[in-house]
Amino acid sequence: MTRLLAVTLGLLATLLLPVAAQETAPAGDSKWQDVLREARGQTVYFHAWGGEPRINAYIGWAAREVVRDFGVRVIHVKVSDTATVVSQVLAEKSVAKSSGGAVDLVWINGENFAAMKSQGLLAGPGWAETLPNWRHVDIENKPTVKVDFTVPTDGQESPWGMAKLVFMYDSARLDTPPASLEALLAHARDNPGRFSYPQPPNFYGTTFLKQILVDTVEDRDALSRPVDTARFADLSAPVFAYLDELHDLMWRQGNAFPKNAAHMRQLLADGALDIAFSFNPGDASGAIANGELPPSVRSFVLDGGTIGNTHFVAIPFNSSNTAGARVFANYLLSPEAQSRKQDPEFWGDPTVLNVAALPGREKALFEALDLGPATLTPEDLGPVLPEPHPSWVSALEKSWIARYGAN
Amino acid sequence: MNTPADASGLVLDKVRLHLNGAPLVEIDCRIAPGDILTIMGESGSGKSSLLDFIAGFLRRDFQAAGRVFLNGRDLTDRPAQDRHIGLMFQSPLLFPHMSVLQNLMFAIPADVRKRSARRDLAEQTLEDVGLAGFGSRDPATLSGGQQTRVALMRNLLSEPKALLLDEPFSSLDKARRADIRALVFDAARRKGLPVLLVTHDEEDAETTGGGMVHRLETCRGSAPSRP
Amino acid sequence: MTIRQKRIVDVPTLLVIALLGGPVLAGLAGTALPAFGYLPVLGHETVSLEPMRRLFETPGLAKSAALSFSTGLAASLASLAIVLVFTAGWSGTRTFRRLARFLSPLLSVPHAAAAIGLAFLIAPSGFLVRLASPWATGWTRPPDVLILNDPFGVAMTLGLVAKEVPFLFLMTLAALNRPHIHDTYRAGASLGYGRLATFFKLILPQIYPLIRLPMLAVIAYATSVVDVAEILGPATPSPLAPRLVGWMNDPDLSLRLMASAGALLQLAVTTAALLAYLGLERLTVRLLRSRLFSGHRHAHDTSGRLAGLFLMLAVILAMGLSLVLLGLWSLARSWWFPAALPQHLDVMRFADMAVMGAPALWATLALAVSAAGVATAVTLWLLEARDAAGRTTGARLKALVFLPLLLPQIGFLFGLQMLFLHAGLTGTFAAVLLAHLVFVLPYAVLALSDPWARLDPRYGKAAASLGASRARIFWRIRLPLLLRPVLVTFAVAAAVSVGQYLPTLMIGAGRIVTVTTESVALASGGSRQAAALYALLQLLIPLGGFVLAALVPALVHRNRAAMRLERG
Repeated sequence: MTRLLAVTLGLLATLLLPVAAQETAPAGDSKWQDVLREARGQTVYFHAWGGEPRINAYIGWAAREVVRDFGVRVIHVKVSDTATVVSQVLAEKSVAKSSGGAVDLVWINGENFAAMKSQGLLAGPGWAETLPNWRHVDIENKPTVKVDFTVPTDGQESPWGMAKLVFMYDSARLDTPPASLEALLAHARDNPGRFSYPQPPNFYGTTFLKQILVDTVEDRDALSRPVDTARFADLSAPVFAYLDELHDLMWRQGNAFPKNAAHMRQLLADGALDIAFSFNPGDASGAIANGELPPSVRSFVLDGGTIGNTHFVAIPFNSSNTAGARVFANYLLSPEAQSRKQDPEFWGDPTVLNVAALPGREKALFEALDLGPATLTPEDLGPVLPEPHPSWVSALEKSWIARYGAN
Repeated sequence: MNTPADASGLVLDKVRLHLNGAPLVEIDCRIAPGDILTIMGESGSGKSSLLDFIAGFLRRDFQAAGRVFLNGRDLTDRPAQDRHIGLMFQSPLLFPHMSVLQNLMFAIPADVRKRSARRDLAEQTLEDVGLAGFGSRDPATLSGGQQTRVALMRNLLSEPKALLLDEPFSSLDKARRADIRALVFDAARRKGLPVLLVTHDEEDAETTGGGMVHRLETCRGSAPSRP
Repeated sequence: MTIRQKRIVDVPTLLVIALLGGPVLAGLAGTALPAFGYLPVLGHETVSLEPMRRLFETPGLAKSAALSFSTGLAASLASLAIVLVFTAGWSGTRTFRRLARFLSPLLSVPHAAAAIGLAFLIAPSGFLVRLASPWATGWTRPPDVLILNDPFGVAMTLGLVAKEVPFLFLMTLAALNRPHIHDTYRAGASLGYGRLATFFKLILPQIYPLIRLPMLAVIAYATSVVDVAEILGPATPSPLAPRLVGWMNDPDLSLRLMASAGALLQLAVTTAALLAYLGLERLTVRLLRSRLFSGHRHAHDTSGRLAGLFLMLAVILAMGLSLVLLGLWSLARSWWFPAALPQHLDVMRFADMAVMGAPALWATLALAVSAAGVATAVTLWLLEARDAAGRTTGARLKALVFLPLLLPQIGFLFGLQMLFLHAGLTGTFAAVLLAHLVFVLPYAVLALSDPWARLDPRYGKAAASLGASRARIFWRIRLPLLLRPVLVTFAVAAAVSVGQYLPTLMIGAGRIVTVTTESVALASGGSRQAAALYALLQLLIPLGGFVLAALVPALVHRNRAAMRLERG
């Protein structure tokens, strides 16, 4: 019943929102009107990871909305690894291709953002904060919308969604999930072969390494600074001590790994694994709704908190369709798009907006959402641990590959 | 004596073929219109290469000297299409993807423009050889003798100025052979075409009706001694 | 003779050389220079051995190289062995003809689709385990056994075998398609030799020269494969080729130098595998020659024949089941272990996803049709011109045309990517088409030159003596007579184009998205339904091509008995 209500409201909102959006946009914002005019007729190549059909479907929906409302055509270029996009833009820059680049908008965060920013591969600073929907973004309670893995965004990327490391388990197979890394190790000891994590440098695998790092490091302040190569071995020693012990107890004795989070989730669905994890608190519910996980799957987090961050969209320096890209980025930030994104039926990715501060009708969109059986409430999600500086990523990955990835 | 260029008929003027430097065939003769020259020779004696040379298909690994004239026209450097020399092979080689009628129509020169005229001409030709009504048939459904007759008529429709016959009767049984042979030779004589017949069948040679016979080993005593 | 005949090289031969040699040589140069530190566009202007040094410092490099070498060579040898033993034991029998009919369509299954299907079959949570669970095995959860992505690359080797067997089989079939082969079988049998002995002592020596180049191409491909390795291969570490692609795509651009150096190493690994095979070949010849005249007739070879049949059946069954599983998974909404069949089918979502896949399918179709069209046309032009010039399509041309297939794709695609980038062509349809042609054209020449050569030249002579021009002979006689092989060539070329993963990925730069690049991306994702569906979409175009190649000639020549016989 609530679902039906939600759908009805959602539909109503879809019908009303274009009008509402026009109403609420500051009338005097002629600059934005210029952007809209310039954007009409442009084609935006949006490079975004394409391994998840639900997300692809969501992007497809958003693309249909903007072509209808703003005359901007969005083509989703499905990439398997965002690093390839960075590499492509960098290659274009290196041959002095300063306009007409292949990429107009990229789904990005963390080390890839840091790399693009430091190499000057992004469109000039500030554009993200001039988007009309920026005013809805929850800057106060979600500091990561302006600081990406400790790197300030400087308005060079526009927030799209919130991520927090969340674990999931099948309650039909496991009564109480382990609530700490120690408990996880103990669980693996009792149930060898039923835990694994995606193989670094996969983003999720690296996140798991970072979770261990944040959990075990003595000097947490060191993590917010660029990695000090002299101290790295010391600081990361507990991570690899933990992994040394864990690997023998893991799925395939650590000789093979899931390729990514989606693969790991699939292994959970098969019953090959007891535990999987995701960066999206709504992932489990969404996968249940889709028939990709059994309905008995539930989520949990670790005591003491888990790593969280924000993911963004950014415009490369050599895009020739920046106006269209901005219009699409702005649309992705709209309450309409953000509430649909948070709906586990479509994606289940938490919003970056400050829902409490939204006008009534738009707030209702979020309140009507049924977050699904396997989604933790904001209170149960626990504290967010900040990401370490991006330089830790490659340091961790390199050590990991040298130890486990190539033996 | 006339120069080869003045003579009518098919003139092979001091023709010599070599393969990889080794001499293969040597011949020098003239076939008058309506005459038949029979060339006898075992396989491997270069008969087919000689026909290829005259018709314009000689492979590149052969070297040739001498010239070919047809009714005074030097054919030696002309492409096969321009030589107006009809070829008949051991098998009738009707084009298997065409009907009998289409095979004949393919051969009619392009200056017969109207489609209906081409069709009438082809049908008339079929009637002439006793194959009326066979036009729409698949060539593969015809007997060997019928196929050879169609092949002959296909050749004649293209208005050749000479005929080269490469053992065209060898695939026929003895009874048919005489009929078809007569048909071919009569047609050639009627149209005044010089005919060069290559065979290793003595009977073919005997029935040409007093034509010349060249045995490749003995032709003008020029059989090359092979190294 | 005419001027045309005096010219040393004709236009289409030049065109083919340019189409194949240009990209390959330019690409190789573009790969070799960065490997020695020279890549001015990235500010590397001094020649050095630094990239090599960095390469050899990479952890696990030796193991990666060894994996590429061993899996590639083992898969190729196993494929050849299966094909030869089966052909030896059964050629000419009804069983042989029946199985041959199954194997030809399997050729059109792209590598990535075959690998995805095979994973569904043999994984610990796959169909085979499900069939036996839990009633026989007692497993209610997938066993923790290392089947896919095993460190020795066994799964990957099997995947390659399943894909290369149909290819080598069809090459062998084409080689056997010679008039006197049957007589040889009879002669062997009348002397009291068994089937296997007749084949290996009398027939193989005749047909082997025709199988050799395809076999070398298989080795080159298998030692440098990327998509199959990514789906079935080991990951700790991966074989060399997928690691190179990873480095090439790393945001740290200086890794490109190392990747280029790695591409040279890949070249060396592939060359080593080819040389190892040639060595084995010589050894085998010596061994066989000493036995050739031993007089042993091996008349009782039933067990050998059965082994060949069993292995071939296993390959066909595995591939067939894999395809069925692709179909099932593409429709399955939930299919929990250990259920042998899906609990829920969802046709709606299948349709949704199929609609979403449509743009990629169109792009694939456009590429496949263009590449196959150009390749078939150029091949026809080449063969016709060489004929007219009185040349035969000799071994030298074939070897030249085959050259791109004997090089690891990565070896020159890296360089080619940089060149296209320079020229601003990356991501354009034309650039991807050109890259496809490098791989499509050789197969087109390979597929068409034998049927072309086998066509009785006297048809052409007869037509010419009737006064038909060269063009008329080509359009009215040769092309219709060769309709079936020409369409088969077109279908083969289209299938090869559809199967191209690396060239599309590297030259397409994400702007040209085909069902193949999509399905490899999805194979690494979480939705088996989506991965299966895209793998099926990969099959659609090649299958359509082969169906057309079978139907059109049957329809056009429906009343022509002689045209119904197999022509090539």
